[in-house]
Amino acid sequence: MARSSLGELWRRQPPIARRAVPALTIAGLLLGLALSGVLRRSPEVYILIVAVLALFLARGAYAGFWLGLERAGLRNPRGRWQGQSTLLQRAVPPLVIAGSVITIAWAGGIAPDPSLIFLLAITYVLYLLPARVRRFAVPVTVLALVIAYPYFIQQTDYQRFLFNVPVFNAFPSMDTMVSMIIFAMMAIGLNMVVGYAGLLDLGYVAFYAIGAYTAAWLASPHFAAYGVSFDFGSVAEKGILQVGGIHLTIWLVLIVAGLLTALVGVIIGLPTLRLRGDYLAIVTLGFGEILPQVARNGDKDGLGFNLTNGPPGINPIDSPGFGHWLSVHAGLPSSYLRAQGVYVNFLSLMFWSALGLLLITIFCSVRLRDSRLGRAWIAIREDETAAAAMGIPLMRTKTWAYASGAFFGGIAGAWFATIKTGVFPDDFFFNVSVLILCMVILGGMGNVWGVIAGAAFLAYLNLEGIANFNGWMNDHVLVCDPSKQNPSSVISGGCLNAPLVTFGIYGAIIVLVMLLRPQGLFPEQRRKLEFETGVHDTPFQDETA
Amino acid sequence: MTDDILITQSLHKAFGGLLAVDNVDFTIPRNSTVSLIGPNGAGKTTFFNMLTGVYKPTGGRVEFDGDDITGLPPHAITQRGVGRTFQNIRLFQQMSALENVLVGMHSRLRGGILASIVGTPRIRREEERAHDHARELLVYCGLTGRDEAYARSLSYGDQRRLEVARALATEPKLLLLDEPTAGMNPQETLAFIAFVRKLREERGLTVLLIEHDMRVVMGVSDRVTVLDYGAKIAEGPPSAVRKDPRVIEAYLGTGAIASG
Repeated sequence: MARSSLGELWRRQPPIARRAVPALTIAGLLLGLALSGVLRRSPEVYILIVAVLALFLARGAYAGFWLGLERAGLRNPRGRWQGQSTLLQRAVPPLVIAGSVITIAWAGGIAPDPSLIFLLAITYVLYLLPARVRRFAVPVTVLALVIAYPYFIQQTDYQRFLFNVPVFNAFPSMDTMVSMIIFAMMAIGLNMVVGYAGLLDLGYVAFYAIGAYTAAWLASPHFAAYGVSFDFGSVAEKGILQVGGIHLTIWLVLIVAGLLTALVGVIIGLPTLRLRGDYLAIVTLGFGEILPQVARNGDKDGLGFNLTNGPPGINPIDSPGFGHWLSVHAGLPSSYLRAQGVYVNFLSLMFWSALGLLLITIFCSVRLRDSRLGRAWIAIREDETAAAAMGIPLMRTKTWAYASGAFFGGIAGAWFATIKTGVFPDDFFFNVSVLILCMVILGGMGNVWGVIAGAAFLAYLNLEGIANFNGWMNDHVLVCDPSKQNPSSVISGGCLNAPLVTFGIYGAIIVLVMLLRPQGLFPEQRRKLEFETGVHDTPFQDETA
Repeated sequence: MTDDILITQSLHKAFGGLLAVDNVDFTIPRNSTVSLIGPNGAGKTTFFNMLTGVYKPTGGRVEFDGDDITGLPPHAITQRGVGRTFQNIRLFQQMSALENVLVGMHSRLRGGILASIVGTPRIRREEERAHDHARELLVYCGLTGRDEAYARSLSYGDQRRLEVARALATEPKLLLLDEPTAGMNPQETLAFIAFVRKLREERGLTVLLIEHDMRVVMGVSDRVTVLDYGAKIAEGPPSAVRKDPRVIEAYLGTGAIASG
């Protein structure tokens, strides 16, 4: 009883008190830790404390602001403000917030970075544009910035151009950017299966693996051992071509990889897609385990025919390129590997091409979603029995979802193998399936843009984000003594070694998202509805038709 | 018998030891309204589900429009021209009213995967026509202005109407309505019966109604079939069925005849 009456007492407190108590507790705790020497007495810690207070108290401060104005003698300031034009009402608050943040930071000795101000200014202008223009302006601006990215990040002193990212320290490197895009492609592919059609696939890595191996078979000296020598538009070095094997141009390889993977998707789908829900998930899980094992054992000893070359994998895979003719007539790079410029080099070209593939993937995904087939997928997700009764062939429609998802997974896999210039069976463990699924869930199942954001964020965390965050914690927040640090322990010598528990951190992120925002960060419109509103079972006395 | 759109011959369904439908012979004449009634648990919905392919019969045969459709999957039966609604409303909750109707048109549209991605002029035209037709259907079923509303946010009566609109979108020759007036008040029930009559007159539809409430079907049916414990116990025009002692017994118990 004592507990419930305490809770009762708590609920009866005014909202400002209910917000102030946790804010002051956390801020006080942080301050206490800083003063007692557990945390550094660095500007970052103080900013953190102010941020906690600001987050919790922002609402109270907002009400207080109007109250203060009223006390100062203004009559009905809030009402008068709301009488202003909507443009003014949109335009002023961000300026006030940004102005006060910059002033406080300046007072704290942190000078505003010109590039950050520039980026914020762009964001502000986009925010002010009318919705009709913004719909096009935002994607175009984002695309332009992303295309220009290699020119910024590959400067030797890039920090002159790019601001220092808080907490994560650095912008993603070119390597990371390419991986982020490839993961985004895979996440969009998986989203067609999981997000649109509602089929839980725990073995998506298998499609990724098939795409990667297809690239290895069709663009490497691998089959030279069997006396195969075939060259079609390849831009590989002469030495490699002389070894033999199959060498197709990468653009053909991508298409074949997509089609072959889709075909495998169909072959797997036909027997398994009769299952529903959990049973399907288990079968796909098994399938996701089988294929990497086949890859690991598919050499001469295991198979009698050297298909996958076993644990060492297959390399080198040919570099992509457009070939001599297009190079002369259209100015396209003939071979990515031979591009050695400061900005236009192998990685940049891989990045831009991957971006192109991603755009195609987005386009196809959105078109499919709004088509007859996409409607059928969503109908199956909503109610399989009703969908069948409406004339939707369940097996065929689900198999199409599987094949489409597999198609883009295969292309992403082929591109991944090409950038790594090799394919290795250990890249295709179960955890990749889980990681891609996490991207879809985190971003918001069903929404292409959310899924891309989720993929980019998790891929960044995976490749450098967690390490960067760890460095920031050790340098600015924790009292860390690197000489006393034990590299195999998560916390030692006052230092954190977060990369040791990367998957634990994903787990925590997913648990937090599921608790606080189960629809994902950027949910699909219809899912948002599912979580926000209940069923309106209104009585129908008013119906007279 | 070419004027019967649907014929079942000794249709039979057992779930393990439980006999749900016991050798039912049943016909629906073209362009008529036929009702299937019976007390709760009489096997009406099971019978219905065998007609629409949700269950495979354990015996017997279903013939629709001259073709044997016994044991075909539900989508194939729908494609042949059997539309249905569900007893407990089964709309696609997170789709708008318009999208629900568009899903109903699935088997009448042609758009393939590649053509949809490319967006060929033919697909665009088809989609445009489908949208127009879907809007017409919504208006026809009394859902004017609710195109963009999500199915779940519609009122109960509107959800029932949307179910019918969605079933009509499949372009059925035979429309099966499974307890469509369940949960409706008497006034709404009357409106719905008028709507069913209109469907038959304006669209030339054949309608099979399932009900357990006898009063609902009397006004609208040409013929009534009564099921009890999976077997057909009576069949005929409503006025005759209402007086049949076996029907009264099934509905009211044996005492009813003794005292009546």
